[in-house]
Formats: sequence, structure tokens, C-alpha cells
Amino acid sequence: MKFCLSWLKDYLDTNASVEEISATLTKIGLEVEEVVDNASALQGFIVAEIKTVEKHPNADKLNLLSVWTGKESLQIVCGAPNCRVGMKGVLAPIGTLIPKFNERIEKGSIRGIESFGMMCAEDELCLGSDHTGIIDLKTDAVAGTPFVDVLKPDIVFDVNVTPNRGDCFGINGIARDLAAAGLGTLKNTNVEPVKGTFTSPVLVSTTTSDCPLFTIRYIKGVKNVESPDWLKKKLTAVGLRPISALVDITNYFNIGECHPLHVFDADKLNGNLVVRSAKDGETLDALDEKIYTLSEGMVVVADDNGPQSIAGIMGGTQTGVDENTTNVVLEAAYFNPMSIATTSRKLNAESDSKMRFERGVDVASTIQANHNATQMILDLCGGEVSEMVIAGNIPEETRIIDFDFAKVEKLTGMQIEQSNMERILTTLGFGVDGNKITVPSWRMNDIFGSADLVEEIARIYGYDNLPTLSMRASEPVTGILLPNQRREVAVRRALAQNGLCQAITWSFMDSKLAKLFGSKGIKINNPITADLDEMRPSLVPNLLSAIARNNSRGINNVQIFEVGPEFLGAKPTQQQMVACALRSGKTNDRHWAQPPRDVDAFDAKADALVALASVDAPVQSLQTYRNAPSYYHPGRSGCLCLGKTVLANFGEIHPSILKTFGIKENVVACEVFLDNLPPAKPKNKNKALHVSSLMPLSRDFAFVMDKNTEVAKLINAIKGVDKELISDVRLFDVYEGEKCPEGKKSVAIEVLIQPKEKTLTEEEIESLSRRVIGIANKVAGAELRS
Amino acid sequence: MDNLINDILNKIEQTSDLIALDEIRVSALGKKGTLTEQMKTLGTMSPEERKIAGQALNVAKEKIAKALDEKKQLLEKLELDKRLATETIDVSMPVRPVIEGRIHPVSQVMEEILTIFAQMGFDLAEGPDIEDDWHCFEALNFPKNHPARQMQATFFMDETGDTVLRTHTSPVQIRTMENKKPPIRIVAPGRTYRCDYDMTHTPMFHQIEGLVIDKSTNMGHLKGCLLEFMKKFFETDDVSLRFRPSFFPFTEPSAECDVGCSRENGEFKIESGKGWMELLGCGMVHPNVIKNCGLDPEEYQGFAFGVGIDRLAMLKYGIPDLRSFFEGDMRWMKHYGFLPLDVPTVTSGLSFNAGVKK
Repeated sequence: MKFCLSWLKDYLDTNASVEEISATLTKIGLEVEEVVDNASALQGFIVAEIKTVEKHPNADKLNLLSVWTGKESLQIVCGAPNCRVGMKGVLAPIGTLIPKFNERIEKGSIRGIESFGMMCAEDELCLGSDHTGIIDLKTDAVAGTPFVDVLKPDIVFDVNVTPNRGDCFGINGIARDLAAAGLGTLKNTNVEPVKGTFTSPVLVSTTTSDCPLFTIRYIKGVKNVESPDWLKKKLTAVGLRPISALVDITNYFNIGECHPLHVFDADKLNGNLVVRSAKDGETLDALDEKIYTLSEGMVVVADDNGPQSIAGIMGGTQTGVDENTTNVVLEAAYFNPMSIATTSRKLNAESDSKMRFERGVDVASTIQANHNATQMILDLCGGEVSEMVIAGNIPEETRIIDFDFAKVEKLTGMQIEQSNMERILTTLGFGVDGNKITVPSWRMNDIFGSADLVEEIARIYGYDNLPTLSMRASEPVTGILLPNQRREVAVRRALAQNGLCQAITWSFMDSKLAKLFGSKGIKINNPITADLDEMRPSLVPNLLSAIARNNSRGINNVQIFEVGPEFLGAKPTQQQMVACALRSGKTNDRHWAQPPRDVDAFDAKADALVALASVDAPVQSLQTYRNAPSYYHPGRSGCLCLGKTVLANFGEIHPSILKTFGIKENVVACEVFLDNLPPAKPKNKNKALHVSSLMPLSRDFAFVMDKNTEVAKLINAIKGVDKELISDVRLFDVYEGEKCPEGKKSVAIEVLIQPKEKTLTEEEIESLSRRVIGIANKVAGAELRS
Repeated sequence: MDNLINDILNKIEQTSDLIALDEIRVSALGKKGTLTEQMKTLGTMSPEERKIAGQALNVAKEKIAKALDEKKQLLEKLELDKRLATETIDVSMPVRPVIEGRIHPVSQVMEEILTIFAQMGFDLAEGPDIEDDWHCFEALNFPKNHPARQMQATFFMDETGDTVLRTHTSPVQIRTMENKKPPIRIVAPGRTYRCDYDMTHTPMFHQIEGLVIDKSTNMGHLKGCLLEFMKKFFETDDVSLRFRPSFFPFTEPSAECDVGCSRENGEFKIESGKGWMELLGCGMVHPNVIKNCGLDPEEYQGFAFGVGIDRLAMLKYGIPDLRSFFEGDMRWMKHYGFLPLDVPTVTSGLSFNAGVKK
């Protein structure tokens, strides 16, 4: 919300400085975003008079001016078409900073002719957007007068008005708040009721509860002249373009007093006005040059020809005023905020009126607004005014809050004297009668109960006065993370320690790519871009995109992970926490002692196991199966399972997926499903440790077995031979090739034996070996190699 | 006899390799060695002769054994020196690669924040990323179609807007109060989403919510709580806070909290008396919100706040661009990420390693 100092002073009698006003506004909740003081930006510019205008000898479109500065005559090259002898304009002498370019003007040479300064256009001084010609001052001021003394620029405040403060979208509302904060007194600017001299030939009725009150005036014989300077200056200061007196007057009350008004050209209306719901399919050719197609429930102001405005939002071009307008219908009305919001959202229509109605306009002052605007039209455009026509009535809603003043201290901790609290409420317009507080009509959309009154008192009294209180000590805590949250932390640290960098990627992704990753079809209705339109069914794709980006920057060996949610459904809580780690390219760069190799599925499996081990998952009890999702390489991937529960997927990413992402490197991935983990066991319930003092021994076995039989089968079978004695089974070689029979592989296994009570005899060791060989044959079809 | 001994000692003296030395040992002290042979003759002697000769022999044996031993050690040392001289490597060469990972600044800072609030007696709560309208807006006192809803550009999961991506972590307030009786003291971090993408906004970001509900906590406690948090988080005592009235549908009174800071030569610093920067929104929980959770607002009151985690990370660790947080660029992660064992704890301090990483 922009306003300028002179306009504020129309409503507030104050001697406060700009700094005081600005600081106070922020302090009471009207945050000042910017104060623009054009006077300082216009330092150095002076009024100058054009004495001669000649054609530039070397350029058709340029003029050669002789300009009188009050002290000297300067030669200036100027391209403006409106230069004429005797005209007074704004000169930027050499060295002046031009606001638009933020550069100083220098002595220049244009097409061979020297130029000693610049005659400025409006846009170059940031005073407007006009660049059709240089400023024509039409002033009595003599050449040499500082331009600021002629312009007398206003100071413009831009405040951030929160959505609850509809009243502060009028400058008078801001003035009221400042008065309450002790910065002056609120002025009464209302005119005496304007009496009509005839009965309006246009009548109005309202047939919808979304418009409880609609008032009009018929004003005949007006002249829609150019607005006077004082009005144009105010509107320009706040960023509006003056159009004509009638339009400017409606804008003036919109901004000045938060009363959106509308003016119809009465001669373009056909019959009486009715405020009604639109019919499906009705259209309106609106003032913003769009054609809106309306539907049932939207409120319109219609005549016999159909809708002439979308009520409270936008007028129609058909009945708009222009320079030939002589008879007008002035509208001052009130519309239900909810209706305005719904309609404007459906139509995607924005306007200053809509913004105010949506936040709540003071319905009780609608009739006064009609008087105020009528008077100004009479003053500026002349004419003769009818009696007011009123459809509906002011809703008789009043709100009285039973207020316990002690609540202020209870909620804020601030001790404020009762009389001071009452003064604050009174100056804000509340009725105070003991504990009965009456809410003013312009705050009905904001103030409902005691807490709201506490805020009113506290913000005007000042949050700077809040005490600093220590939070009372609470029960001692042992740690606040839930088991699942602890796991996230542990997995993150473990994967980072294992050489991976943690990334955080979007929770959403491209639905076209999601199809490749088991899409659940969880679409976002209004995605930020078309390629971020579905909640990710897996963390893999967004991390693949990250790898592709890194690759394109010349980083081929990427080690990256994320711990975050994947989405199972579109309802709340249909998500699960996943740790996902990817590696691409080689294990390391070229190195004299450690030649790099391609990353492979076992790197991914190791990452999965590291992650699982870090959260104390039963890593020893996991089975490896081959049913990883289809985005993995079908032969080089697997799952780690506990019973039927999948704890992790791992493996190489499918080459066709890599192609889709434009990745040329090999990529391996693992996904660890943290929510599938069994509950952590308390560490203090560990069994006691028994260490044997006897030497462990080991025996090696070489088996030949079927190529397709999983080695894990063999290892697990051997482990089961004697769980007491066999402490570990290690695979130390696998060979397939010429020296092996067709369809077979040779595996070498070391069995670690840990005697517990006594040293084993040769016979006992021999017997154990025979059982190992036997079970290997029985379970895995493995033959001892001869 | 003396000649014999001197002869052996001479041989020991002159030999220069371990094998020859061992041959000398065998020839002197072995089963058939000269001295052993001499010992065998003792039996033929008279007791007196035997005593004298035996003593002399023992002395000689010891002398030779000692000389052998010393020579052996010397030769072994020489041999080792010789071997070591051939084993020199170029220790300036690089070691085998150890690939270091990193923790994302958002996770690091989140852990820092939780460490601080744990000390202040807060529990941790969480909620889902996809929320229903009730938890995200309605229960938080956002009326339907109210302009306040437009303050947060919402991602909708369906046409009707019944489910949305949460625009803030505040729904966790509702989920907590619905399920737990006061006193409540929680923080709730997580991903949040708004339909915004420019220099300073990303469609996904991180927030942490704070909620305290009991019978007497007031805005003074809110101020005290945030002041303590800021001091501990920014690890300085020179923190000043400014509270400005503001508007959030779910708090009343509402406030924006600014922190005192300076920006000199592009360097951001938390300190008082130089200027202000908007940091977070907070206030007393709105009575309607308390009521919506089935609690009596006449009995219970308390405060809530919400702060951007990414922003806190940017401020504390001087990270310039929010958008880079979510790109997964290896160079960025290595540079701004944290060492895996740089864990913020109460005992070691929050950011002990912040200056020495990389």
C-alpha cells in the first residue's frame, strides 16, 4: 500500500517527521518497506528556458537548442519533438545524476555537435513513464530555480498491510493507527450530506445477500475534465495514472478512504440497475481489456442489456465514462468478502477494488462515501445531483466483546495501566464501556475476541516493552529423537563416512520419468513447472538427475546420497523414509597404487549394508533375493530381505534408464527403507561376551558347483554345520572359465573354527570337514575339487 | 691353550658374514668343536688338574660365546642396514585415495537446532508432507477463501484443494495438540512447499516449528526462548531481537521477529545496534486453534513460532544462493557440506569444526 505524506496529512493532524512516522508505522504493525524521497533524487536539476531551436546540421531528428539557465546560455542537442522557443523545461547540467540510468550526465558530442547537459523527459527522472517528449513545465518560475522547488515532490511511503487490516488499505485507516500511537490527531474529512434536487431516473435493487447495500446517485450535466493538479499529483505519487476527473475521483476515495466506487456513463445504461447473480455463460467486456465469461453465483451489476460490471471487481467498457460523458451514475456499495474472493479467483481477475472488498470494507460508511464522492464530483465536474437511491440496508451487526483487561498481562507479560489500555482502544475507534468493548464497523473482519483486543493494545503500546522471561526449567530429558529420527541421523552420518555426499532434492519430479520408477500417479494439480508435477515414487530419479548434472560439468565419479521421503499415495502419511545412495563412474581417479575400477553392484550392496549396520539392523540375518524393481539391471541387482520384508534394493541402474537421463557412466544405487526396519533392541540387553582362550584354526575347501547356484546358499549351509564351532565362513575366490567344466564355477572357501572348551583332535577336525563337504554337496550340489 | 683361544677370537674378529661366524661357533663350541674336545679330556685328569683346567676352559668358552654373540649382533645390524638402504621409497607420493563424504548444511543445522531445543526441554514432533486442508489451513484458523490463504502459494494435490503440500510446518501444531494433553513443548522440523521459484524462493524448503502450550506461558517467554535460541545458534552473546506486530491467522497476538545484524563488505554478522533483519514469524497460539484441537482456550495458552532452516544455514555459514541447496552439485556439497563426524553436541559445541573443515 503506497501513500504520500501530503495525502496522509489530509487525514492526520501531525508535526511528526518522516523518520518518526516511518518508525512508528513499523512498530505498530504497518511495516514500512520503502520511503521514497524524490527531492533528494532531483538535486541538481534546474528550470531552464529554451531560447532558440534549430535543426541539427547532421541529423534530421535532432534539434540544436540554446537554453538559458539564469546565468548562462548552453548549447544542448535534444531529440524531443516538443521543443519550442519560450518553453521551460528541466535541465540536467553536466555532472547531474540521472535517476533512471543512475549515471552522471557528461559533456557529450552528438553527431559532431557538442552538448552541455540534457533536457529531461518524465521517465528519465523516474517521475512517470512518459518519454514522448521533454517535460513542459508551464511554470512562472524563472530559469535557474531548482526543479524541486517547482515540483515540490512528495514523500512516498510503501507499507506492507497484512491481510487482516482491510481498513489500512485506506490512508485514513493508517492515519487512525498513527493517531492511536500518539503521532497526531485524526481529522474528520466527511462532507455534509449532499441533498439531491431530483429523483434519480435510474433505480437499483439487489437480489443477492452477497450485496446487502448498494447506493447510487444520478448526476447530470457533468464535465469529465482533466483532474486538477493536486489530485493528479496525489495519484501519480502512489503510482496511478491520472485519466479523467471522474475516474480519478473514484481512485481517490479507493486509496484515501478504502471505499471502492464505480461510475457508469448513465447514457449508456439501458433501464434500471439490478445486483444479481450472473447467469452461466454471460460475458463482460471489462475495463482491463479482457472478456470474462461469468457463471452462476458471481455477483454482477446489470441493466436491461445484461451485466455492466463484475460487482466490486471490475467495470465494463460498454458503460464506462469518457471525455464526452455528461450524465453519470455513481455507485457506492458493499459486497461480501467471501463472494468477491471466490469470483475473482475463478475469473483470475485482479483490481484495487477487489483487493479491498476481499479484505473487508467498512459497510457502515458506504452512504457517507457516496456523499463524499458526490461532493467532489460536483466540485470538480459540476452538474446537478439526484437524491440518493439505496437498495438494501446497512447490516445491523454489532459486536461487543466481554473483555478482561487482565488478559493483556496474562498473554503478553506486559503490565499496562488500565487507563492507557482504554485510551488505546478508544483512539482506535472501539467503544469502551467498562468491560464491554464494541468493535468499530471497519474492524468487523478482524476483531472477534479477547486475544484480538490484546493484540490491539499490545501493538500500540509497543512490543519493545515485552519482558524477556526465561522458560521455566522442565523435566530433564535423555534425548528427544524418536527411534526413527535417530535412525535418519545415524544413516546420514554413516553414508557420509562411507564416502558419499548428502544431497537434498525435490520431493516432486517429472511424471513422464516417474512412470519408469513405479509411479503411483500422485499428481500436483498446480505444479511449479510441467516437469515437477508428481510426487516422487522413489529417490533414485532425482539423484540420477543430479548425477547427470554433475556429469555435464565434467564430474564423472559421483558419490551421492539422500535421506528423505518417497510417496506411496496422495493422502497424508502415505509416505516412507528412504536412504538412497548412488555411485557413478569409477571407484576413484587414476592412481599409482590403486587403479580405478568401474563401480559395481557390490559397491551398492556395501552402501546398503553400511546404512543398515549403522542403525543396528540384523545384518547377519538378511537374505539376498533377486527381485529388485525394473529400473535396476535385471541380472545385476537384488534385495536385502528380513523374512518377507524388503529392507533394501541394490544394484546397477538399468542401461535404458541411464540413457533416458543422458548418463554415459555406469551407475549403481541402493535404497534402504528405514520404516521397514524392526524396532531397535535396547543395547543394555546384550548377552554377556565369552571369549575363548583357545587358538582358532582354519581349513580351506575348493568346491566345483553349478554356475547358477548362489554362493550364499553354500556359505549359509556350511555356517549351519556347527554353529558352536564354526565362527566364520569366508569366500576368497570364485573362478569360471577354461579350467572349469562347462556350466560350473569353482569357489574357494575358508572355514574358521573356534574351539570353545578344549583343543580339537585331528579326528574331530577331520569329522567336521567331512560334514562340511557333505552338506555342501547336499544343499548346493557342490563337489570338492580333486 | 691360549693360542687356541686367541686363534678362535681372531677368526671371529676377522669374519664378515653370519654363515662363516656360525661355522666358527660349530668348530669351537659344537659337539665336535675344539673346545668341546678339550672338555672331553678333563675326565682323564687328576682332580686338581681337572679343577684348574676346567675353570680355564669355562672362562674360555664364555669368552668365545660372548665374542660370537657380539659379532653376530654386529653382523645382523650391518646386514639390516644394508637391506634398509635398498628399501627407500618416495614418501612424497600421494596416499591411496580415501573418498570423503559430506553432510548437507540443512541436516547439520537441523541437528544444531534440535540440540539447542533439547536443552530447553522441547520434544521433537513430525508430520506428513502431504496434508489435508484441515491440518494445513482450517484448524489453523484460515477461513476458506480468506486472503490469508494467498499469503502462502499452495500446491494442491487435487482439484478441490482437500489435500495440499504443506506450506508450513504449522500443521504439526494441530497433530500434536490433537494427540497430546498439555503441557506441550515441541519443535517440528521438515520439508515445506510453496509455489514460488525465484532468486530467493524455491518450491521446496525447510522449516522448523516450535509450540509451547500450558496454562501460563506468555509472549515474554516467547521472547526469552527465541533470544536464548539465537544466542546459542549463532554462538554469540551479542544478540538483540526486535518484535514487530504482524498477522498470522493461527496466532494472536502475532509478531515478526527481527534479529540485529550488520552487513559490511558483503559479510553478514549477527550483532546488535547496526540494523535489523526479518527472521521468523511467531505469536501466541490463537484461541480458535486451541479450540479446534479440542482444548479449552480459557484454560490453555502458549506460543508458536516457525523459522526457515535453509535461511538459518545461509546466515550462519555464509552460503549465498538458496537454489544451490537442492542441485546436488558435488563441488557445492564438498565445499559447504560438513564432515561426517562433525556432530553438533552439547559437550563439543555446535560448530566447533565449522572453520577447519575442507
